[in-house]
Amino acid sequence: MSLQDTKPLIGRVQEVGGLVTLSDYEAGGGYTAAQKGLKQMTPSEIIDLVREANLRGRGGAGFPTGVKWGFAKGEPQTPGYKYLVCNGDEMEPGTFKDRYLIEFNPHSLIEGMILGAYAIGAEKAYVFLRGEYHEPNRQLARAIAEAREKNYLGRSIFGSDFNLDLRIHLSGGRYICGEETALLNALEGKRGQPRYKPPFPPASGAWGRPTIVNNVETLCNVPAIIQNGAQWYQDLGLTEDAGTKIYGISGRVNKPGLWELPMGTPIRELVDDHAGGMRDGYKLRGILPGGASTDYLVEEHFDLPMDYKTIQDAGSRMGTGTMILMDDSICPVDMARNLQHFFAQESCGFCTPCREGLPWVEELLADIENGNGKDGDLELLDQNALYIGAPGNTFCLHATGAIEPLQSALKYFRDDFEHHIKHKSCPYRKS
Amino acid sequence: MSTVELISPLTDAERNEIEAEVAHLPDRESAAIDALMIVQKHRGWISDESLRAIAKFLDMSAATLDGIATFYNLIHRQPVGRNVVMVCDSVSCYVMGADSFAQKLQDHLGIKFGETTRDDCFTLLPIVCLGACDRAPTMLINEDLFGPVTEDELTEIFSRYS
Repeated sequence: MSLQDTKPLIGRVQEVGGLVTLSDYEAGGGYTAAQKGLKQMTPSEIIDLVREANLRGRGGAGFPTGVKWGFAKGEPQTPGYKYLVCNGDEMEPGTFKDRYLIEFNPHSLIEGMILGAYAIGAEKAYVFLRGEYHEPNRQLARAIAEAREKNYLGRSIFGSDFNLDLRIHLSGGRYICGEETALLNALEGKRGQPRYKPPFPPASGAWGRPTIVNNVETLCNVPAIIQNGAQWYQDLGLTEDAGTKIYGISGRVNKPGLWELPMGTPIRELVDDHAGGMRDGYKLRGILPGGASTDYLVEEHFDLPMDYKTIQDAGSRMGTGTMILMDDSICPVDMARNLQHFFAQESCGFCTPCREGLPWVEELLADIENGNGKDGDLELLDQNALYIGAPGNTFCLHATGAIEPLQSALKYFRDDFEHHIKHKSCPYRKS
Repeated sequence: MSTVELISPLTDAERNEIEAEVAHLPDRESAAIDALMIVQKHRGWISDESLRAIAKFLDMSAATLDGIATFYNLIHRQPVGRNVVMVCDSVSCYVMGADSFAQKLQDHLGIKFGETTRDDCFTLLPIVCLGACDRAPTMLINEDLFGPVTEDELTEIFSRYS
């Protein structure tokens, strides 16, 4: 049995001990899924298989990938009419999985994109990559050139009548570009502001054409599904969600890092076994389970399995599956201030609640942290959380995401907030 | 005197690189961000004169292009030093002590965030999560990622850049 049987995403990286080159990738069965897909399957069959496998988007929202692809299927009206765009704008604080996949296994992304593009009928595809991701950019650019050389990309791939042109767009920055319609504006060379929806991208996306946007990790799952089938993929998961997940942990643990594990691996196992437990002298108090824009989980949740449904039922989101750990040396008020500083700064500025509300929240939190909090400030924060966070008050979900860690911090760590206001100081400050 | 006509013409290399991007896009304006990044790679930053030259080359208004240039934090509309140091201030690095690290870094370089050293060697900027959270605290110097970085390593790290 090879590592790839249980770890389709990064098993090969572990086998070769680092960067999976083209020859490493081919020796491990690479590009045979693309060949199988293009030569033996129709686009509809691929979409059905991915839907049946229950692959869900790994960028944060968890939307079923096969269903999304179904929105844009059909023959291309003219060559290059539709677009497949890979969202490699990994900017969710605390998230570092897509960097790893692109840097160490770039051909798996390319193969996933060949299959995705064929399935939806796109002959042009883009990887929208973070501008700060220099090494992943170099590795991906080299892999794309190698794939072109071998005719895995280009015209008449595997002798079929399918053509695919794949290019990288290096981003100019800004977190909001990870929002798919902002990403499309940025791809078009415009300001990265979210668009009004509907129409959704599968109907009208890049340059007004049908466009599917998928996360890096999502696309990297596709070759193994095509190769091994839907049942195999479903059986990889421990709970009702299918496949494996790249989980990550950052914070004061002994061994921060990333691990590809069965979907539904319990939080405590991730922290204690894989991350080596908390460092001596530190106690775990809270977790942002899927990046900065997810609600805190606390002690009562630590035995839960990390999958979409369980974490949602617990009041949070699995998000990107890369967790940020808050230990007992960290002030929850100051951490909330740090988070809101990020969201206020990264607001695109188009919608008033987000542009004006988030800086106000940041200011209130800074006041409380600095001992200038007043009676009524917490109620004001509660109110703001309600109005800024409600979906529908803004074009996109940036503000909604911003409020998730705030509302849960106010719920779970309220004593800390009250202590700051009552004693006009922060008990976590050493001096 | 009107400065509207002041343009710093694009070099052949810049024009060729921009045209290579335009070639696979539906229209010239779509290459706006690519063009800004290309010219910045050659010149370090985007001056008003550079901005006008790019706008003219892409058949678009300088105002529209400036709206784009100022939206993106990796496009510099002010001069920067020969090396740009970006320090992560997002939550994972914060948990691992980014605030005190940032203070030490400012003391070490003798400048605050947003400033450039007197010898033009380093510009110090904050940056959001660099996607290397298992290596917090992190910083990026030009295209080189560092993490975890301790105060003791700063002298050695900065000595690699001139």
